[in-house]
Order: sequence, then C-alpha cells, then structure tokens
Amino acid sequence: MSDNMNQVNRDDRPPLRTQNVPGTVARQHAKKITEEAVKNSAASSGGNGEEQYSLNDDRRVKVLSPGAMVAKRFFRNRIAVVGLAILAFMFLFSFLGGVITPYQENQQFYREDVQHKDYAGVVKNEDFRYIVADGQELGNVLQAQVILAMQRGQDSFTYKDTDYLLTEEGPDLYRVSLSDGTTLGFAYKDIVSSSVEGAKLSFEFQSEALLAYTNGLTAFSAEGKDYTIDDTGVVSDGSNEVAFISRYVVQPVMADVFLTRAFQEELIVCLQEGKDVFTYTDESGVEAEYTITYRADLKTWTVLQETATRVYDTYSYPSKAHWLGTDRNGMDMLTRLMYGGRVSLIIGFIVEIISTVLGIILGGIAGYFGKWVDNLIMRIVDIFYCIPSMPLIIILGAAMDAMSVDPQLRMLYLMLILGFLGWPGMARLIRGQILSLREQEFMTATEALGISVSRRIFKHLVPNVIPQIIVSVSMGIGGTILTEATLSFLGLGVKFPFASWGNIINDVNNTFVLTTYWFIWIPAGLLLLLTVLAFNLVGDGLRDAFDPKMKR
Amino acid sequence: MRKFIIKRILLSIIIFFFVMLIIYTLMRCLPTSYIENVARAKSQQPGSKSYEEWMAQLTAMYNMDKGILMGFFGWLGDFMRGNFGDSWYYTIPVVEEFHNTIWISFIMGLITMFFEVVIAIPLGIIAATKQYSKADYTISVVALAGISLPTFFFASLLKLLFSVKLGWFDLFGLVGRNYEQLSAVGKFLDKANHLFLPCLTLVVISIGSLMRYTRTNMLEVLNSDYIRTARAKGLSEHKVIYHHAFRNTMIPLVTIIGGSLPGLFSGALITETLFSIPGIGYASYHAMVGGDIPFSMFYLAFIAILTLAGNLISDILYAVVDPRVRIA
Repeated sequence: MSDNMNQVNRDDRPPLRTQNVPGTVARQHAKKITEEAVKNSAASSGGNGEEQYSLNDDRRVKVLSPGAMVAKRFFRNRIAVVGLAILAFMFLFSFLGGVITPYQENQQFYREDVQHKDYAGVVKNEDFRYIVADGQELGNVLQAQVILAMQRGQDSFTYKDTDYLLTEEGPDLYRVSLSDGTTLGFAYKDIVSSSVEGAKLSFEFQSEALLAYTNGLTAFSAEGKDYTIDDTGVVSDGSNEVAFISRYVVQPVMADVFLTRAFQEELIVCLQEGKDVFTYTDESGVEAEYTITYRADLKTWTVLQETATRVYDTYSYPSKAHWLGTDRNGMDMLTRLMYGGRVSLIIGFIVEIISTVLGIILGGIAGYFGKWVDNLIMRIVDIFYCIPSMPLIIILGAAMDAMSVDPQLRMLYLMLILGFLGWPGMARLIRGQILSLREQEFMTATEALGISVSRRIFKHLVPNVIPQIIVSVSMGIGGTILTEATLSFLGLGVKFPFASWGNIINDVNNTFVLTTYWFIWIPAGLLLLLTVLAFNLVGDGLRDAFDPKMKR
Repeated sequence: MRKFIIKRILLSIIIFFFVMLIIYTLMRCLPTSYIENVARAKSQQPGSKSYEEWMAQLTAMYNMDKGILMGFFGWLGDFMRGNFGDSWYYTIPVVEEFHNTIWISFIMGLITMFFEVVIAIPLGIIAATKQYSKADYTISVVALAGISLPTFFFASLLKLLFSVKLGWFDLFGLVGRNYEQLSAVGKFLDKANHLFLPCLTLVVISIGSLMRYTRTNMLEVLNSDYIRTARAKGLSEHKVIYHHAFRNTMIPLVTIIGGSLPGLFSGALITETLFSIPGIGYASYHAMVGGDIPFSMFYLAFIAILTLAGNLISDILYAVVDPRVRIA
C-alpha cells in the first residue's frame, strides 16, 4: 500500500496472542498477595528457624518463577536469540565503539592533493598596440584610422581636417606623426616589458628600443643612456637587464605574482616547441611543474601550476587508517557509524519511554475508571491516531530548517514530537488489558484492603500488563529508529554535525555516491536494517515466550 | 445497522474536527517569521507579486489576523465549501494539483495492493499450516525483514542493482527522455517500466505486516475447536485448511484489507519522492518542505479523512462479514 498505511498497519499489529497471560500472571500475583499475608502472620506469631513443609507445600517442589519460565522459552527460540545477539553487538558497537575508536565524531581528515591552478595566460600578440608620446593624444578613432591607412598601404591620412603621416619604421612598427613632423606615437606588435618588478618604461625608451629591435640593431640610446639588445630581445644597460622585447604577452592570473624574465623566456620556448608540460626552477631552486593548454578559439595558452594543497580527505576508499573510508566531509566513516548508532538508539529509547509513560498513565486511568473517563481518553486516542504523523513531522522539520534551529535542540524537539505522537497505541493496548483485568478477584482483594486508587492502578494492574508493554516497546523502538532514520534521510531529522544512520545514507541522493561509493551508504543501511530487525525479532520472541499457549 | 453507521460517521466528523483543530493550531504556532520568510521568498520569484501583497494574501487566507479559533472556523468554512485556495508552491489551485497527481498514486497503490494480497496471504497460510517448519521460519524472518527495511535504503539498493549495474530502468521519473516520440503502446510500456521499481519497493516493504497478520489469524483459527472437530470427523487436511480454516481467517483479513482501501489514495510519500514519481506524495512532500500552507493543510485533511474512512469501512465490514458480531 503506502508508507503511511504501512505506518498504520504497524500500529494495527495483530493483537498479542497472550490473552491468557494476564490470567496466569494475575493468579501468580494473587498468590503473592496471599503469601505476603501468610508471611506477615508467620512473623507476628514469631516463626522459629526451621520450618516444616507440609506435603502439598509448593516449596517442596522446584518451581520455576514466571520470569525464569519466560527466559527459558525465550532462549529456546533460536531466531530471537540471534536478534538479541545482534542487539548486543549494536550496543557494544555504538556505545563502546565510540570510546575505542581513535577518532572523534567530527574529526576531519586531510590529504595532500595536487591541484592545478591557473597561473598565467600567454597570448601571441597579433594586434597592433599603441604607445603615445608624452603630451600627445592618440584616441580610439585615430587608432582605427591608422589601421585603415595601413591596410590601404597609404603613408598619410586625413582625419578631422588634420593631416597625419604614417611611416613604416620596421616590420609591424609604424610611426604616427603630424604633418609638421611631431611624433604622436607608435603602432607596434612586439612588446617591450620591464624586467624589474614594478618599474615603468618611458615612451622614449620604448620607442627607441622598438626601433632598434625591429630593424635588427643591437644598440640604441635613450634618455642619455646606452643600451644593448641581444637577439632574444633582452635589453640591458651594459651591466643589468632592463627590459625585454617579445611578441608574446605573458600575464599572471593573480595580481600579486610577478613573472620573471627567465620564466617567461623559457615558457615561450616551450610554447614554440609545442610542449604541453613545462618545468621551471626559480632562483631559490624550487622546481615546479606547469601544464600548458592551448585554446584555439581565443588563441591563448593557459599555464596551470601544479601545487600541492591540503584538502579534506573526502570519499576516500577503505584503507588501514579508515576501515570504511571517509565521508563527504572527510570524516572517518566507521566512527560516524558508531556515533550514529548512539544517536539512533538513544532516540529510539527516549521516544519509546515518553510514549510508554504517557500511554501507561492515560491507558491505565481509562481502563480503570471506565465510563466517561474511558470514553473521553479513548476519543483523544482516536484523534491522535488520526493525525497524519509523518507529514506533520515533515512540516515541523521544514519549519525548523527555516528557523535554523540549533542541531542539538532540534534533536530534543524531534524526540518530544515523536514521543507525543506515539502514545495512543500504547494507551489503547493497556486500556484493553486493564478492562479485563480489573474484573478479576485480586482487584476485589485490593479494594477490600483499602489500597489507594493510584496504587491499585500502577502497582497491581499495570505490572500485570508488563509482558505486553515489553513486547510493544521492543517493536516500537525498531519502528521509531526507522522513522527517525527516514526523517534524517530526508534532511529533516538529526542534522550535521551529529551523525545518525539516516543522515549518513542521505548522501546517496547524490547519484555519483550511489553509483561509486558503496562504502558510504551500504554499511549504514545494513546496520539500520539489522538493528530494526533485531528489535522486531526480540519482540516476537518475547511475545511467544510470554504466551503460555506456546507448545515449545 | 444504519444507526451504527450513522453514529460512527458522526463520531468520525467530530474526530476530524479536532484533528484539524490540532493541525491548524500547530500551523498557526509556527513563528510568523516563517510566514514572512515564505512571503519574501515568494515575492523574489520572477514575475511574482510584491512582498506586501503576499503577506496580505497569506494573512487573509489563513485568517492570521483573527484568533486561532476564529481563524480555524474560517478555514473550516472554506474547506467545507470546497474552497481550498491556491497552492503557493505550484502556483495553481490546490484542487488542480491534486487532480494532476492523485491518479498516478492511485494506480501505484492499486498495483502494490494487488501484489501484496496475492503474495502475502498464501505465504501467511503456508507459514501457519507448517508452523515451526523451515518454511515457517523463513517466511517469518523474511516478513520481519520486510517490515524492518528502511524504504530509502531498499530503494537505493534497487537503483544500484537494476538501474546502475544492469541498466534496465531509469533512476528517476515517470517517463523516459523520448516519451513524446513514442506510440500509445510505447508510452504505456514506458510508464510501466518506470513504475516497476517504485512498486517493487512498496510491495516488499508492505508485504510483511499482512503476511504476519495472516499467519497469526490462521494459527488462531487452526487452534479452535471446530477445526479439531473437522479433523476428527475425518476430513482431508486440504479441506480442513482451505475450506474450514481459511474461510474463518478471511474475516479479519477482509476487514483489514477493506480498511486499507482508502489508503490507496494517500500516496507513498517517501517512495514517490525517492523515485521522483509525480504522485500526491511527491507533490505534497515538496509543498510541505517548501512551506506551501494551503496545499499542506489540504493534504493533511485529505489523509485524515482517508484514515477515518478506513477505520469506518473496517468496522462496518467486521460487522457485515462476521455473523457472530451483533451491533446493538
């Protein structure tokens, strides 16, 4: 049918086949009362040491107590014992495991990772660039006119009633000047860059260097100094390298990086050779490897630097250090599972305690008093039964998300909500049993003895229902763990940084995790399945063990 | 009989009233900042109304300006008149979204229920007739495992096995990528293909409770005096079980199955969400998480009505099917 109906079905579990139990237990109970009375009278008459048993005295025969009988029957049921063993393992795993494991619940692990970072971009300059003489202007429109004139092969052009001269000074180097001979600037393709970090090159220096370089000269002078140019384009003032000239523009991606001349030179050599890996050792002797990729559409080369970084060790495969690998946050999976089990089990128990206590009180009162009290409480039970709990919890969870409730507080709210929605089933069960129990003789006896009403309900009636309560609680814990896991899986229950088996499996929503990283979600799912199954098996075993009709 | 039914229906109406009162109160107790957040988020969507207009609509629609009790009566009046309002999340009338999604959920429910009944009841009977045999233990453990299986884990396993490793089914959705190009038969097969895994999930997780229920009731019947009588007069074991015992086992089974009929419409919230099947469960999940109060209220009321109808049907069926039950 559906999840919701499934929930309902679970609550509408077949009535416990233990109708006879109250009878037997009640008889035992009645016997206890009489025994007490006998003991009291014996004490008053001052009974002396050795007692003579009469022939029909129960004490002559070895009689198993009801508890021992139940235990015997329970341990004869192999499946139930398996369930008990699984539960014992789960408790050890969750509560002791967290202590033994060397890691913390939220401890994140790192790994060294080689990352490719954009380091530099290289462009081969195919466009004319312009340098403008000091105090002159060479605007965009004029630049366009210059290009036009170049393409037409003209050596002069007119723009806005002014005549300009265009002189080819060398390959891809043009001088733009006014008709009176004043140089406005140069159009060039080879680029002069400073070798000294932060230094700015003057117009005169740039223009002289370009003139010399494009015409194949090895020396020039500018601003009263002499410079030499070698055939790779390095400009030096005799002793120091000042600048260099190249067709390639190498630009660092990050503004704070200065690319040295040597680096650029070697890089360009590599580019021209068509290599895609480039190794460079800088002045301090650190060797770094770079990957070069060429993008044809932009005519640019991208240089990626391979740097070792510390990153979170996410989704690492099972290894000696991490037996079940690590999760998406780089936390040890096995440790998370242990702590998750703790959360799941604690929530299961607390929720079941809340709903059982409420159920015992209300069911006990309803069953004992009957009439309008019973009617009123049972109608309340009907109302709570009818509330669609799963949708309601989802809405509350989403609201808590919107209000960003603290994860720890959220866990508390979750337990309270689940507990308050879970009591009607227990109340119905207890009320039904007590309705039949209160008609029995031992209740008349308690009335005759003048025991108070609350003692009569909670000391004499409720203990007779304990078998049913235990069975129901055992199965209820399984159900609660399942509900909590479903909510956490949907991201509406227990939240990070707390682990829960449900929110560990939540990662499976990422299809890549589903297909690739089995160790993230399968162990958690198996633990969850085994735990819930074990609670159900034990509950089933107890139900049979408490049933006196059972043949074995 | 008629008196009984009328009494039960009246009682159901009263219960419904209080259930919705509780739900409405809870909704109203959500801090107003939550409503404001919803309104703000809504107003930032492209082409949406302004924040003030959303707030005005929100407060008016939920009678937020009035007290809780008056607001509830306002909501109930609208609900009774069939005025369910517009869904905020889907931006169409609630009824329309309901109409768009309910049928696929119903079909899924029907398929699931059919297989559940066909598989669970025979297995339950086998387990009961061969009590304490290997078959009984196997069936009992499998039934319990089905009950204990977390839906989401089982669905993920199925996806990994059938969708990823074998590639037989798509991971998500109701229709394939080339659905529009298919012929009528192809469209049908495509949908059937996409419904296979969700229905399998639902059958496996829901089969256990019915199986155990059948087994328990069959055992009860097999221990009764009239079965001993039947055996004593020398009937064949086959006749004893399938003629005398099974008929009596049918009484509780019919009531529980009849009672779960309305549940066919309730949709499978988790399973539909996991497989992205656009049914009522999936739609309401997104509405609820998205803070869509009109749709959520409608869905909650709908589920409450379905639950009440289920209880009513099983009570009536119990009286109808079992001649021993006499209603005062």
